Amino acid sequence: MGYVPVKGGTEAIEASIKRLKYERLKGQEIIAINTIRSTMRGMVDQVMSESSLYSPYLAALSIKQAEGSMEEAVFLMRAHRSTLPRNYYSQTVEAETMLVERRISASFKDIPGGQLLGPTYDYTHRLLDFNLIEENPTENQQWLQNYKQELQHIEPFKELKYFPKVVEHLREEGLFEVYEADNTPPIDITKQNLDFPTSRSARLQVLTRGQTGAVTSLGYASLRGYGQVHPTVGEVRVGSVPIYVEHPNEVEHGAEDEFYIGEIKVTEVESFVPVKVKNENNEDELEFEIGYGICYGQNETKAIAMSILDQCLEHTNSDFPTHDEEFVLLHIDSVESTGFISHLKLPHYVTFQSKLDSIRQVKKGVQKNES
Amino acid sequence: MKAETHFAFFDEGSKKEIRRAIMKAVAIPGYQVPFASREMPIARGWGTGGLQITLSIIGKSDVLKVIDQGADESVNAVSIKKLVHETTGVELTDRTEDADIIQSRHRIPEIALTKEQIIVLQVPTPEPLRGVEAREYITKRMHSEYDYSGAWLILFEQIMKYGKTATAADHPVYVNHRYVMAPSPIPRFDNPKIHQSDALILLGAGREKKIYAVPPYTNVESLAFDDYPFTVESFEGMHCHLCSGADVFLDELIDHTTGETIYQCNDTSYCMERMNENVNEKEKAEVEGSYA
Amino acid sequence: MHEEPVLQVRNLRKQFGPGCRECGQMDNRQLEKNYCTNCGTVYACQDISLDLYPGEILGIVGESGSGKSTLMQCLYFDAEVSSGEAYIKDPKLEGKNVFDLSSQQKRYIRNHSYGMVYQNPVHGLKMNFSSVGNIAEKQIAAGNRNVADMEATSKKLLESVHIPLHRMKEEPQNFSGGMQQRVQIAKALSNNPPVLFLDEVTTGLDLSVQANVLDLIKTIQRELGISMLVVSHDLAVIRMLADRTVVMLNGAIIEEGLTDQILEDPQHEYTQQLVYSLL
Repeated sequence: MGYVPVKGGTEAIEASIKRLKYERLKGQEIIAINTIRSTMRGMVDQVMSESSLYSPYLAALSIKQAEGSMEEAVFLMRAHRSTLPRNYYSQTVEAETMLVERRISASFKDIPGGQLLGPTYDYTHRLLDFNLIEENPTENQQWLQNYKQELQHIEPFKELKYFPKVVEHLREEGLFEVYEADNTPPIDITKQNLDFPTSRSARLQVLTRGQTGAVTSLGYASLRGYGQVHPTVGEVRVGSVPIYVEHPNEVEHGAEDEFYIGEIKVTEVESFVPVKVKNENNEDELEFEIGYGICYGQNETKAIAMSILDQCLEHTNSDFPTHDEEFVLLHIDSVESTGFISHLKLPHYVTFQSKLDSIRQVKKGVQKNES
Repeated sequence: MKAETHFAFFDEGSKKEIRRAIMKAVAIPGYQVPFASREMPIARGWGTGGLQITLSIIGKSDVLKVIDQGADESVNAVSIKKLVHETTGVELTDRTEDADIIQSRHRIPEIALTKEQIIVLQVPTPEPLRGVEAREYITKRMHSEYDYSGAWLILFEQIMKYGKTATAADHPVYVNHRYVMAPSPIPRFDNPKIHQSDALILLGAGREKKIYAVPPYTNVESLAFDDYPFTVESFEGMHCHLCSGADVFLDELIDHTTGETIYQCNDTSYCMERMNENVNEKEKAEVEGSYA
Repeated sequence: MHEEPVLQVRNLRKQFGPGCRECGQMDNRQLEKNYCTNCGTVYACQDISLDLYPGEILGIVGESGSGKSTLMQCLYFDAEVSSGEAYIKDPKLEGKNVFDLSSQQKRYIRNHSYGMVYQNPVHGLKMNFSSVGNIAEKQIAAGNRNVADMEATSKKLLESVHIPLHRMKEEPQNFSGGMQQRVQIAKALSNNPPVLFLDEVTTGLDLSVQANVLDLIKTIQRELGISMLVVSHDLAVIRMLADRTVVMLNGAIIEEGLTDQILEDPQHEYTQQLVYSLL
């Protein structure tokens, strides 16, 4: 037999990469980045959210390169993110100022500002639409034109409408505690290692970049009984928020000196969770706390699941794993979990040889107790 | 939108941050220094910890060797070499003696390393106490309190049950009489090489976000009870079927034709060097030609 | 007694809660039992001072909520004290308040000078490790690195607590409650500690098993001369074991003295109740 580790590795890799490219090209179709951007909204949003890099364009590129594999696309984006110098932090985003596309509350029939259904799959019937097979541009254009015309018949509001947070209403009633704004700068979990026990800001960062499936599963587990958080969705809102950064050189900072650098689309969820608290007279009282969920793009399931897990991790005195921050936070990251699972494909023959030796020695009973 | 990749992939700020973690690790031998592990172009669990160390310490004139399970030509070693080469242009080598930096997964080369060299080990599970305690918060405290009875207890239980310790690779070590450290899944055979090593040993766990180190000439002892001394894998009476090397770590193979078990050096570059020594100059050129 | 105590406790206090204007002042607290009705703070241990002398068994008796178990947890560093001092007889720690030591030093004391037997064996044993391993763990922690030596000590101890040797490699999770408790006692003794803490060790055991365990403790004290601090709500247990007794109520010591003396002539109303109910 031949010498096993001959110089085959380099060639094998080259061949494998070629083969991979062949798989992508063999159908002889080219998908444009813009096609992905405008037709694969769900994927683009999910990739941006899990990679914590807001760029629909790069997300579309990563999806193209990864042939639609979510874990690969997120991986590409994360690796790219590592190469980017991070010079500024944005100012705090006030989600009340969101340009709302969709906003619903499950807690109240009607809410100040009103419910706004917006675009959602929730009320579509999940029947395969075979018409899409023969979709054609002329018909689509016609549809768009009709739609715009329909919109013209709707009278817009005179002024820009402000949507107050649903929770404000309840806060006035004293059902939620009013907290002082905490302006401690959050730690950046991509520049600093997680230190347990963590802060809430660190937890929210890990959750928001968590793999959609993993966050959903653990949130679901908690809801189903492997956890103690049973929320009501106070508010789900989807829309765009503006991002500002401080003037990098000015010593004195004022809001008017801030630079607008663009807007991002986010899904924000506030879940209402009843908790027992002590009042001043040391009696038990029920109050509500907010479970908070937010993520890039429109991904409501993830944001709601995140809001459940946020509350779970705020209350750690429970035996359920969904309330254990190490259990939740260390296992939901897409790049980490897929990487370690897939590393099992690497050769392990040295470690196996060592194990083999150990078991053989035990069988032989070589190491006799001499004393 | 096209962008050139920076020298050694990272921006200089990131490299500095990682180097600071390395400095701290060298200053506190065996202590796991948390660091902001970056996402890399290769997968977590595939050597990102080692790669981040390599990329943040490598300079233009350095010569790099990468091995995986002892082999230079193992696919993942090739892949890592390719990435470093593409982003730095540094020279690559298979010869252990020629390398300034050796990144390795699960082996320390057979040839003794020198004080000019740095070996970077890839680490999947940096926490030697993880088997005793799942929670990071607690294991961290155990290290700080010098509470290692759990690590010893595991060995004790093995002796009670099997009559000897039954650890395989990644047998824990005491570093500088203070920290218990996971030497990464190197075979026990390689543990003694860490003790009083001439070369600096850096260990990186990318997924677990830890860097730790054994500085040159540091005392490193494998955990073992007085009456059950530490033993390495035994290859007694066996030798490499290619270079007839003995006293090295051997891979066990099955001969396709005869069905017999045969052995060969796990360290492929070591084996090749030895074979080259045994042939004359003309043949040597041929051998090198066929492997190059 | 002219001997120097092995353990001296001075003004130990432990409270749960922040305290408020009503209860913050030490001398003039408005409490209901040990509890501030205004802010909910619990004063579990209030100004506890005691001495433990070489070779004696000191009993601490009181109802549940009296603070005796909290006191024990504080002394064994399972809980942090709110304030107070404790000194142990150890040349290296002469004059040092052990509550002020680093957690590493506290661990050293636990490993070398203390043994602990919890009411619930789950807290003192690793249920899924062998019994011999459990006993060895304490010796390993105290620095032993010789397997044969530890195995021999473990065997001797298991024998002395009447665990058949053919079961020594079994996990305590397979054992009955009484057996688990005896393994725990063997473990606590394995580093030959000068001080042994026993927290309600017979509570929850059958009467016959109780007698067995109490007998064992008495024998150990006689043979090894270990000083013991025994906490129990059961005066009968205290009567059988303790040379001297401290009575605790609502987080404070209300009476102390020789056990016989307390049983014959209780001074405090609560102690009187306790003694009469025993008969």
